[in-house]
Amino acid sequence: MKKTQGNYTILVITVENKFGVLARVSGLFSRRGVNIKSLAVAPTDKAEFSRITVDLDIELEGVSLDQIINQLDKLINVVEIRALDPAESVERELMIVTVEAEASQRDELVDHLDKVGGKVLNIGTESMMLSLVETSSVIDDFESFLSSYGIVELQRTGRVALDSL
Amino acid sequence: MTSENIDGGKALIRALEKEGVEVMFGLPGGAILPVYDPIIDSTIRHILVRHEQGAGHMAQGYAQATGKPGVAMVTSGPAATNIVTPLCDAYLDSTPLVVITGQVPLAAIGTDAFQECDTTGITMGVTKHNFLVKDAQDIPRIVKEAFHIATTGRPGPVLIDLPKDIVDPNNPRSELDWVENPEMELPGYKPEKNIDLTAIENALELIQTSKRPVFYVGGGILKARAAEALRELVEITGIHVVTTLMARGAFPDSHELCLGMPGMHGNYTAVTSMQKADLLVALGARFDDRVTGKVDGFAPDAKIIHVDIDPAELGKVRKPDVAINGDCRLVIEAMVDLLRREESIQIDRSEWKSMISGWQERFPLTYEDSEPGSRLKPQYVLEQLRDLTPEDTIVASGVGQHQMWTSQYWSFDHPYTWINSGGLGTMGFSIPAAIGAKVGNPDRMVWAVDGDGCFQMTAQELVTSTVENVPIKVALLNNSYLGMVRQWQDMFYEERFSEVFLSDDVPNYKAWAESMGCVGIRVDSPEEVPEAIAKANEIEDRSVVIDFRTAPEERVYPMVPAGKDNSSIVVPPSQESQER
Ligand SMILES: Cc1ncc(C[n+]2csc(CCOP(=O)(O)OP(=O)(O)O)c2C)c(N)n1
Ligand SMILES: [Mg+2]
Repeated sequence: MKKTQGNYTILVITVENKFGVLARVSGLFSRRGVNIKSLAVAPTDKAEFSRITVDLDIELEGVSLDQIINQLDKLINVVEIRALDPAESVERELMIVTVEAEASQRDELVDHLDKVGGKVLNIGTESMMLSLVETSSVIDDFESFLSSYGIVELQRTGRVALDSL
Repeated sequence: MTSENIDGGKALIRALEKEGVEVMFGLPGGAILPVYDPIIDSTIRHILVRHEQGAGHMAQGYAQATGKPGVAMVTSGPAATNIVTPLCDAYLDSTPLVVITGQVPLAAIGTDAFQECDTTGITMGVTKHNFLVKDAQDIPRIVKEAFHIATTGRPGPVLIDLPKDIVDPNNPRSELDWVENPEMELPGYKPEKNIDLTAIENALELIQTSKRPVFYVGGGILKARAAEALRELVEITGIHVVTTLMARGAFPDSHELCLGMPGMHGNYTAVTSMQKADLLVALGARFDDRVTGKVDGFAPDAKIIHVDIDPAELGKVRKPDVAINGDCRLVIEAMVDLLRREESIQIDRSEWKSMISGWQERFPLTYEDSEPGSRLKPQYVLEQLRDLTPEDTIVASGVGQHQMWTSQYWSFDHPYTWINSGGLGTMGFSIPAAIGAKVGNPDRMVWAVDGDGCFQMTAQELVTSTVENVPIKVALLNNSYLGMVRQWQDMFYEERFSEVFLSDDVPNYKAWAESMGCVGIRVDSPEEVPEAIAKANEIEDRSVVIDFRTAPEERVYPMVPAGKDNSSIVVPPSQESQER
């Protein structure tokens, strides 16, 4: 399953950094039956606010994105909301992954990892732990490459994004 | 500023007093006990209800009739869940409420403690906002924020959940420094809108050049207290008005430009004029499915001007040609201002006017008189009630056929005289709502028009009305059925009546009313109707229930069948042969 640019919607929501706010935001998606593909939440440079990046599959099936944005904006704890245009933003995602890798397989693996700019975090007897910060589509590709080795454990953070300069 | 140490319970009551709260509706219990103690010494009147749903609907009736926020207070757990229905009702009808619920002590939250429930979680989707207070020091600020949120922008219900330990004077956690003027911390809440004057000019151009315009007036006009401004706008432009179920009274029914209620049970002219219009000016209305019928077929030739305080309404159902985000009163005043200054374009709308008067002549509201010896016609009872009560009478209705007939047959000539559950359609709304309205307007006559099904859901609040000395009058349109559901089975399920018959003889409503300290009257024949109403009008010291025995087979007409577009409007049999 490849995700190419433009096939997704990123919402960037600035909220008050308080308990319960994430539930209010995610509740607006769940009551419409809209699945959130990924979600990143962390405080901003101002500790009282958090920035939420929501990645949605573009096919919202009958649900209007404007409507979701307008209604999220009505939440009292939402300070600002907008959709980022993928063409005018820079996005990154972090993946850390443990893959099965016998000593004989490691050169090829590390070679490939270097090409995409990843790092080796840890080496075990039969496996390696790697990290990669890249666009989600590069990570998608790398993940499928890794699957032939056997993925032991994997965590991706989901997209985060900023406006292009 | 000298600091004063008080406890959370006292702070809550003092903060309510500071907000100008004169009355609250509620029922105490374990978790909220500490807040009930300072009520004894407070200037706030507390009305003790018999069920928490009643407290919520009373607060709604009070708010709808007075424009002030309604306040209710109940304990945790089952009391909190009992008030969820009124919260949802107030959310859908944009009624300003502040509801306070008790909660188990902070340390017990999440442990399945006695009478614990996740009140803020449950009510998240049915409130404009809710608060779980974790620090007694926040109480003055949160109360101020709650009232601000409930009453500004698009009004709505706000809930404050109060863990017991922060209000209990025996617990050190409840101590706080009273703050007289706390600063609100609502960085994400900006209810004021800058009105877009260009959009207003564009709107006026459409208004002045349209040939078949209609003002589609919704409940937002009442919330914005814009009835007077609307009247000016209507009179300057000479354009007809429809008032939705939520807006009855926002423009006088007796005005020649008023076409009455549109929608599923709207009158033929209101429905059809919208359907044939070339311009709909939606003012504080939300294109509800009960108004639009099938959306794809709604007002196919109409351009849309949509004015609303809530930006999420603009384009939600129908894309507007001109969208104006702002308070209806300010927008209308700006329109009137511009119209006064500009030279008005006089477009000839005589053809449209004669179409409208033709529909009015051919399709008035109508019903057949009852046969001698058979049960009363509900429409006749309502006509009598309308004609025999003071013109500023407040009417609160339940949900069902009787609600539609009341909206149709009453003549609303004043804003804030019609109180009903429009969006949620909550059976059992009328009696508590009427009590709340009466509490807010002790000198006005308040009638509840109720159905027998609805009555049985909340009638116990008549005990509240007796004990708290809040006399209302109830016109029970008793057709022995869940009439509205019966009507759907009658029309769309081949008269297969499934679980809609209540009973012809139980309960004995007269006896029930009397047992609750009210006067009970039973009326079977048309001649007795005026007499019974006159008698009820004279009784001022207690509530009165009149059990009007009405005809079960009566249908509400006209009707746009669910899922059909508004041109499929079904008229009563006597009008079927009329040219459309
Ligand atoms: C709480 C609730 N339950 C069910 C319904 C569905 N419902 C709508 S109208 C109606 C019948 C109401 O009966 P009654 O109060 O006797 O009024 P009538 O239609 O006979 O005038 C029902 C069951 C509702 N609106 N609210
Ligand atoms: Mg009935």
